[in-house]
Amino acid sequence: MALLEARGLIKIFGELTALNGADLTVYENEFHGLIGPNGSGKSTLMKCVAGAEIPTSGTVTFGGRDISQASPAERARAGMSLKFQITSVLPALTLYDNILLALQAQCSLPSLVFSRSRGVLHDRAMAMLEQFRLVDRAAEPASALSHGQQQWLEIAMALAPEPKLLLLDEPTGGMSLEERRVTGELLQPIKKKCSLVIVEHDLDFIRDICDRLTVLDQGSVLDCGSVAHIQSSARVQEVYLRRA
Amino acid sequence: MTTPPPPLRLPLRVGRQRRWQVLPIIEIVVLAIAVLLPFVLKDYLTIYATRVLILCLFALSFDLVWGYAGIMSFGQAVFFGTAGYGVALIARDLGVTSILLVLPAGLLIGFTFALLLGGFLLLGRHPSSVIFVSLGTLTGSYAADRVARGWYYLGGQNGIPSIPPMSLGSYDITEGPVYYYLTLGILLAVYLLCRFLVRSQFGLALAGLRENEQRIAFFGYQVQRLKAIIFSFAGAVAGLAGSLYAFHEGFVWPNMLGVVISTQVVLYVLFGGSGTLIGAVIGTVAIEAVSFWLSNSYQDIWPIILGVLLLLVILFRPAGLVSLILSERERVGNFGRLPEEGDRGSS
Repeated sequence: MALLEARGLIKIFGELTALNGADLTVYENEFHGLIGPNGSGKSTLMKCVAGAEIPTSGTVTFGGRDISQASPAERARAGMSLKFQITSVLPALTLYDNILLALQAQCSLPSLVFSRSRGVLHDRAMAMLEQFRLVDRAAEPASALSHGQQQWLEIAMALAPEPKLLLLDEPTGGMSLEERRVTGELLQPIKKKCSLVIVEHDLDFIRDICDRLTVLDQGSVLDCGSVAHIQSSARVQEVYLRRA
Repeated sequence: MTTPPPPLRLPLRVGRQRRWQVLPIIEIVVLAIAVLLPFVLKDYLTIYATRVLILCLFALSFDLVWGYAGIMSFGQAVFFGTAGYGVALIARDLGVTSILLVLPAGLLIGFTFALLLGGFLLLGRHPSSVIFVSLGTLTGSYAADRVARGWYYLGGQNGIPSIPPMSLGSYDITEGPVYYYLTLGILLAVYLLCRFLVRSQFGLALAGLRENEQRIAFFGYQVQRLKAIIFSFAGAVAGLAGSLYAFHEGFVWPNMLGVVISTQVVLYVLFGGSGTLIGAVIGTVAIEAVSFWLSNSYQDIWPIILGVLLLLVILFRPAGLVSLILSERERVGNFGRLPEEGDRGSS
């Protein structure tokens, strides 16, 4: 069953058409990769799904509900979570507080004011830091982490509220080869819990973790299917060779 | 038969290392000085110190919105002044001066005006920019000042003079040590309430708002609503300060609503150190004390000397005076008390 369906998304910025009727279907517990040359509209499509941009036309349905005009907060409350392309952890706060901030987002106002959920969320925050190999540094400010670790922290923050759909925009950007390998390892266990849409330039990384791929070119979907199908697609190869 | 693995035991206090805390020491020292001050000051200086304490309360309201929530309000005087005018009218026209009525009334007036202005500036579909909010609040302050100056019922340029003193039963609370300790008690209560709030999980949400508003919206926080809540709460604090000020001075005038006092409160907090609460208190006391001393010693050039001092602090200690002794980690602080082992999971 499709968890997310985006149909005919068009996004126009001034005279630039960033998306030109793009479609995206993501099924439950599926890892779905979005690939394409630079400027093909991957990040714009991701933003339209997450609510950072409202599409000029087209619809986005999540869990059977039309969320095309919903705010990012409404989408988050429906079970969608985003990791930004540019790392946006909160540098002054500790790693622990970064995770707690993500976890408590849906608590009621009285619960926040009287810190009622702190005890319940503590174990989840620590378990998340443990899962992303950051537990030893829980008390340090996020600014003390390396770039790769900040990316992990941000993935942990996006994953902490237990979303149905996790959107990752270039999670391995700026990482070393070893950090990319570890990131792949860290993402694998997520599959049992939620679906994933990932935008990534590293095609080896995408091939290793994704079930299906959507290839974008000039704002439109060029092809969509299993990794094997995309690898053998003449149209995809033509686009990548043309840009190479 | 295999035994199940033991449950994952995670350290209860990870992230909460016990260290020597500087902030409570500063707070206790400041409180001790404030309690003892009337014993060493002459009467006219106690009256001046009372005024400074009221301004400290006003500064707390700005620190809440800017230091904790990242909302740049150049119009806190709107809530300070409207509450001052409100209680002055209640006293003048209705003859009501009971502390049990006028202070809650001032608080409510500040809250209501902040809710109205905050609703207009902050509750749009999209988050408002810092520039929009700062110019909007500045305009609100300027407009309120002009309205008061032009409205005969409010006394025009002269304001409302000769407000009768605040009372408790048949006892009149006039300026002097009694008013001083009343103000100190209220300041302490509000300070502790603000401290509780900014150190709760709500305070963590405010820190997220200040650090990266867009990011926390994607977690599901309703950022505009959060802003409106803290803005209104801070408006109530400013209103309380305004009503205390009106009865202490015995009159209100349009400057209480205007741009000058709105900017003055920004300087108090920047000078002392925003986002610490105690920085707002220290900044207010420091600026007012230096102004008092300079205005006596250098009558002609004291504003210039004060201006240069303020510039130097803001240039070389952008985190304010308290940053000289308070670490960044302690300034940011921790959020929410963790229940003890036996209570966990039951909340």
